[in-house]
Amino acid sequence: MRLMLGAEAVVIPLGALLAGFAAFSLFLLVLGKSPVEFFALVWKAGFSSAFSWQNTLSRSAPLVLAALCVALPARLGLVVIGGEGAIVLGGLAAGVTGLAVGGLPGVLGMGLMAAAGMVLGGLWIGAVGALRIKRGVNETISSLLMAYIAIALFNHFVEGLFRDPGSLNKPSTAPLAESLRVGDMPFISAHWGVVAGALACILCWILLEKTTLGFAARIAGDNIRAAQVQGLPVGPLVIGFTALGGAFAGLAGFFEVSAVHGSANGSLIAGYGYTGILVAFLARHNPLAIFPVAILLGGFEASSGLIQRRMDLPDATILVFQGMVFIIILLSEALYGRFAIFTPAYWERR
Amino acid sequence: MTGRKPRGAITVEAVHMTMKFGDFTALDDVSIKIRAGSFHALLGENGAGKSTLVKCIMGFYHATSGEMLVEGFDAQMTDPKAAQELGLGMVYQHFTLVPSLTGAENLVISRADVPAVIDWRAERARLDAFMQTMPFSVPLDQPVSRMAAGEKQKLEIVKQLYLGNRFLILDEPTSVLTPAEADEVLGYVRAMTRAGEITVLMITHKFREVTAFADEVSILRRGQYVGGGKVGEISIEEMSRAMMGAAPEVSERNRAETVKTPVLTLKGVKAVDSSGLKTIEIDAVTLHSGEILGIAGISGNGQMELMEILTGQRRLTGGEIRLNGQPFGMTRAEARAHKLRYLPEEPLRNACAPRMSVAENLAFRMFDEGPGGRSAFWKDGRAIARNATALIEAFKVKTASPAARIASLSGGNVQRAVLGRELSGEVDALIVSNPCFGLDFSAVSAIRDRLIEARNTGTAILLISEDLDEIMELSDRILVMSEGRVSFETPIETANVTELGQHMAGHG
Ligand SMILES: Nc1ncnc2c1ncn2[C@@H]1O[C@H](COP(=O)(O)OP(=O)(O)OP(=O)(O)O)[C@@H](O)[C@H]1O
Ligand SMILES: [Mg+2]
Repeated sequence: MRLMLGAEAVVIPLGALLAGFAAFSLFLLVLGKSPVEFFALVWKAGFSSAFSWQNTLSRSAPLVLAALCVALPARLGLVVIGGEGAIVLGGLAAGVTGLAVGGLPGVLGMGLMAAAGMVLGGLWIGAVGALRIKRGVNETISSLLMAYIAIALFNHFVEGLFRDPGSLNKPSTAPLAESLRVGDMPFISAHWGVVAGALACILCWILLEKTTLGFAARIAGDNIRAAQVQGLPVGPLVIGFTALGGAFAGLAGFFEVSAVHGSANGSLIAGYGYTGILVAFLARHNPLAIFPVAILLGGFEASSGLIQRRMDLPDATILVFQGMVFIIILLSEALYGRFAIFTPAYWERR
Repeated sequence: MTGRKPRGAITVEAVHMTMKFGDFTALDDVSIKIRAGSFHALLGENGAGKSTLVKCIMGFYHATSGEMLVEGFDAQMTDPKAAQELGLGMVYQHFTLVPSLTGAENLVISRADVPAVIDWRAERARLDAFMQTMPFSVPLDQPVSRMAAGEKQKLEIVKQLYLGNRFLILDEPTSVLTPAEADEVLGYVRAMTRAGEITVLMITHKFREVTAFADEVSILRRGQYVGGGKVGEISIEEMSRAMMGAAPEVSERNRAETVKTPVLTLKGVKAVDSSGLKTIEIDAVTLHSGEILGIAGISGNGQMELMEILTGQRRLTGGEIRLNGQPFGMTRAEARAHKLRYLPEEPLRNACAPRMSVAENLAFRMFDEGPGGRSAFWKDGRAIARNATALIEAFKVKTASPAARIASLSGGNVQRAVLGRELSGEVDALIVSNPCFGLDFSAVSAIRDRLIEARNTGTAILLISEDLDEIMELSDRILVMSEGRVSFETPIETANVTELGQHMAGHG
């Protein structure tokens, strides 16, 4: 019975995802393209070989962390959509710190870089939470606007103060020392960010489901008045959860810089923060579901290049696909509680 | 059916209505006929299925089986709109007004024929003319969020009349009104039924209202129709036996001598009221152990704000509050250390997380209680489940399962669940607001017994209530709040209802 109660949270998003596939197939048919070819290419580029898995996994790492930046505040009823800003600034902080700690042993240096990224990301999104609590500013809008500010700041510094004179047509910070590059894991050819993402998901799940803090956050997210009457520390909870989410997004920035790009540059602004929103909603803000969902969407992102070349479709096609799925996911929210088979009453009375 | 009678009361009949939620039968083959122009009362204990029945009539729920007849014609209540077109209107147990809009705006937008562009001036003139025909006034220019419960309830009723509905369902319309207000509203509603303008079906827990205003009565118990008839032909005894299955035991309440030491003191407390225009000023109030201090007042005179001040939801602009001699900052730790508990009014809105389960809602107070009074870090799922089973049992909360969402419980059962949560364990001080709102009489008397019992064992109880009978029955001392101030104080021995009423109305 518990299985059936939990099943609602799987069946509905899965149904929505399939509906999204169907809607997108129609879109392709209208364009005169073959949906079968599309999904075959996604399979080929995202999941069919060791090489495609590497590509998929390394894209899913930042998606996982960015999704946590949505899922944690969501527990408090906040819709934070500006994780991109924390990723970008986290990456910048990590890249700049990397230049300062070049002399330290690799692990220590990387630790400091990650910490710098997390602190800046945490401050950035934590500020969104603080604005909400202290000034009543809508967190959705403020986080989005702050993401634009973050990107502008990033460009300002990378093209100015921290620019490596050697980076001619692509402004970057100076390349990181080889000892500060996060490497690949043994056996699986993907970088350690995947493991960090998985650990972060497990930690968040424990925080939300097994601790009193997570429980208090749920109360405040569902009815803030009841939380206040109970004397729960609503303000610190909001600021703490948003800051933690921001820290994870900042960590994503660190991995992108250290494991993928080797320096902080424009490639960091890749929209992971926005795809992360879709991941979090598809996973219904459940940290354990975020991981597989991120891999699925990471695969779609990984196949974008191949689809562009083989099917002669613009690279925005994947964005159209994501947009369609997102809208259907939002619509499917209305379905929860509509099916008797998923309710406790149905199961206890038999 | 299409032809809508242009004016006048209509007959509504539900035939063999059954409603199942999953496998749980909330309504079991109920048939009931409400004749045109009658004032029909619907009685039943908490969770009997009253709200479910009327929601089926209104097309809000789809009955599992059964039919509806309006004026003798088959009516398909596919959705609330269909009901509205036939002239059926309802005032729900929980408010349905849009909080951010004013009274006037709420009335105008509720109309089905509201134009895309609203000529507010013309609407306003029409509204004022309409209000002239109403026996009571409601503040039309204030946002609903700033209205007190009593004002909202009047506005809900006015809204139905404004919409021109001729069959009105009132779900416990008077729980939030003072007896005088209730008499006024019901008297007017009855006059309209007598004049043949409307038909009324009223859910209530108060026999007094049934005998004083209703013509006919129907009684539900555990989803089944168990009796009814013409008021006057059926005695209160018979009604209560049908409702409860057996005549309720009336327990004798004894007031023990108690030691009275100050527990909670308010000195020079100032705050802005909910309209943002007036101030709440409470010069000096002291609550003692072993007493019930009743705060009477007509809704909207600052009681809601007082409750918010005491629960830490409204900021003080001056003065201080002390608990057992220490400055009190309304935090969880302080409340726990001093064993202070709160019971706000409208518990589903103020004390519950509606999308969380019954078990989780019951855990709000204990979930972070660690060993040695410190707050725990790990949530103990098993302790939460144990706590839920015990409280559901002890307070007779009717729920399909502890895992059901608390919002699926009947109004009275939500109240019981919250009571159970807050009244279990040792309680030294208790701040309550309208605790019996929406409860059937056996639950009301159980709660009042509990309050007296707590008082006798030394608990300090601050009872904010709009029900003057309740205040008179329970209090040791009575304060009257009027216009945000304490305007009158009297010990129970010298209290009399007329004098209190005058102070409540602001003529001291
Ligand atoms: N949406 C729902 N899903 C599941 N069960 C429900 C739902 N609505 C009501 N119930 C159950 O049906 C029963 C009857 O509820 P109802 O609200 O009709 O009671 P009521 O007579 O109005 O009681 P009260 O006086 O407490 O308001 C209750 O046991 C309740 O838990
Ligand atoms: Mg009810």
